[in-house]
Amino acid sequence: MVQYTSGRLDASFAALSDPTRRGVLEQLGRADASITDLAETFHMTLTGMRKHVGVLEQAGLVTTEKVGRVRICNLGPRRLEEEAAWIERYRQLWDARFDELDKVVEELKRKEKVDGRRNRE
Amino acid sequence: MDAGTESELVPMKNRTTVERKSERELVVTRTFNGPARLVFEAWTKPELFRQWWVPKSMGMSLLSCEMDVRVGGKYRLEFEPDAMAFFGTYLEVTPHSRLVWTNEEGGEGGPVTTVTFEEKGGKTLLVMHELYSSKEALDNAGSGAADAMVETFAQLDELLLTLGASVG
Repeated sequence: MVQYTSGRLDASFAALSDPTRRGVLEQLGRADASITDLAETFHMTLTGMRKHVGVLEQAGLVTTEKVGRVRICNLGPRRLEEEAAWIERYRQLWDARFDELDKVVEELKRKEKVDGRRNRE
Repeated sequence: MDAGTESELVPMKNRTTVERKSERELVVTRTFNGPARLVFEAWTKPELFRQWWVPKSMGMSLLSCEMDVRVGGKYRLEFEPDAMAFFGTYLEVTPHSRLVWTNEEGGEGGPVTTVTFEEKGGKTLLVMHELYSSKEALDNAGSGAADAMVETFAQLDELLLTLGASVG
């Protein structure tokens, strides 16, 4: 699996924590698009979309390139890391679940101990 | 009660790992500080299962949880507030060691989940293995999961940001 430094992990999660930005990634997964295209697709102002693309670009998830007077966005070099990011999110979900399961198992162990003691009496 | 008992009751936090084992397989592992029969019980009794399947950080709760844990038996989990449902059929049920079920909410050809419980020295190594029908199906589950998380795991996002911030 891809190893992260914590700063990059931070940037990735921050970038992926916004639904519009996830939508932009999904859109760019299908085809490259200009910021104007993206702004239209997501019903946003150019300034708003530039901001989102900026965050994705800083996280390395998107690269942009000026072609003539248009800025074209495409998926960045970290496509693979995007996968690692969802796996990490999935891991966090299971980790949270299993922390709760730990409590259930502790409770069952405690009950068994009490019942065992009762049976011996 | 002897003095040692108190410290035994403090649960030790074990590590959860997730690995994409191959193009079609995802594997989750975790060790639990208890015998396999208890961990297995927590996976197969609805009243126990619902205590841990939906952690508070998910911001949802289980509306209903039906589990007919036997070969060919069905399960169905329904969530609120958005009435999302997960359902499928148990393919294998081996008490205290192995559970296999289908995941049918996405239609036919959904992934098959295998959970094994391996006891060693009073602890249980749990391995959850998900086998998808194709590489694309697993890829889509990833991006689909990302989509689904937009709403349902909004609170997990916050948690992750907090965790991410505390790492550095």
